[in-house]
Amino acid sequence: MKGNYDKAFENVVRLRVMSILMVNEEYDFNSFKEILEVTDGNLASHLKNLEKQEYIQVNKSFVGRKTMTNYSATETGKMAFQEHLEFLENLIKENKN
Amino acid sequence: MRKPEQELAEIKSMMERSTRFLSLNGLSGILAGTYALIAAGMAYGWIYYPNMPFGTDINTINQDDILRKLLTTAAIVLLLSIGTAWVMSQNKSRKRAHLFWSPASRRFMQALFIPVLVGAIFCLALMSRGYLVVAAPATLIFYGLGLLNASNFTLNDIKYLGYCQLVLGIISAFFPGFGLILWAVGFGVLHIIYGAMMYYKYDR
Repeated sequence: MKGNYDKAFENVVRLRVMSILMVNEEYDFNSFKEILEVTDGNLASHLKNLEKQEYIQVNKSFVGRKTMTNYSATETGKMAFQEHLEFLENLIKENKN
Repeated sequence: MRKPEQELAEIKSMMERSTRFLSLNGLSGILAGTYALIAAGMAYGWIYYPNMPFGTDINTINQDDILRKLLTTAAIVLLLSIGTAWVMSQNKSRKRAHLFWSPASRRFMQALFIPVLVGAIFCLALMSRGYLVVAAPATLIFYGLGLLNASNFTLNDIKYLGYCQLVLGIISAFFPGFGLILWAVGFGVLHIIYGAMMYYKYDR
């Protein structure tokens, strides 16, 4: 079967984070927190996990005195997500037959 | 593992919610159109009454106080429309548990208001030098461009409203005597039609 079911996206928070980063060049920590409605700790651990797999990268910058933590998807991450999507699509096709 | 259909739906909804501002309310379009029609009616009273609201060249506005009244009315309509849309969108966001102030809504506003602001300054600059005929075509055209630009960051339907405004703007550039009528059609009638369509399609 084509595509690849990626364990990294088994968790719904990580799946959502990656979906957002596929269509947004950058997304910051607080916006993630608000749109996903998760706690700081929970979000941070999932982001760390994706970062460790080199699916996303972190860019820290300063806005005034506050730090702004932006995340973006890496090429590896985008490819892995595409494979994951392909897997899901093929699964649906097969279920229909 | 969840069902793949669910999984894909989840991905799609996240992509949409994170890029598109989906809280515009159809009713605010209807209200904005109503304000514009009332304003156009008042402008007709000041400029043309009791003649027909077209035909006479708009250059006949030679009294400064009429011009001042027109500009004030336009500014009030603009602020009222933005205010209405703002409040109603906030309510809609709250109801759907979506974010009102999000990267998506910021991008939407930027896309819409940069052309609109530039257009407004451009109009004021030319009008202050006496080129009053630019008012209708330039406001319609810049607004149309703003809508087209913003359609990338909200429901796609809004681009048709943008195209219509552009067409009206071009027509009014060629027929300046119909400026007020075309302005009323663009900012009044089209907003009401569009708002009603959106309301029936998405808000009910």
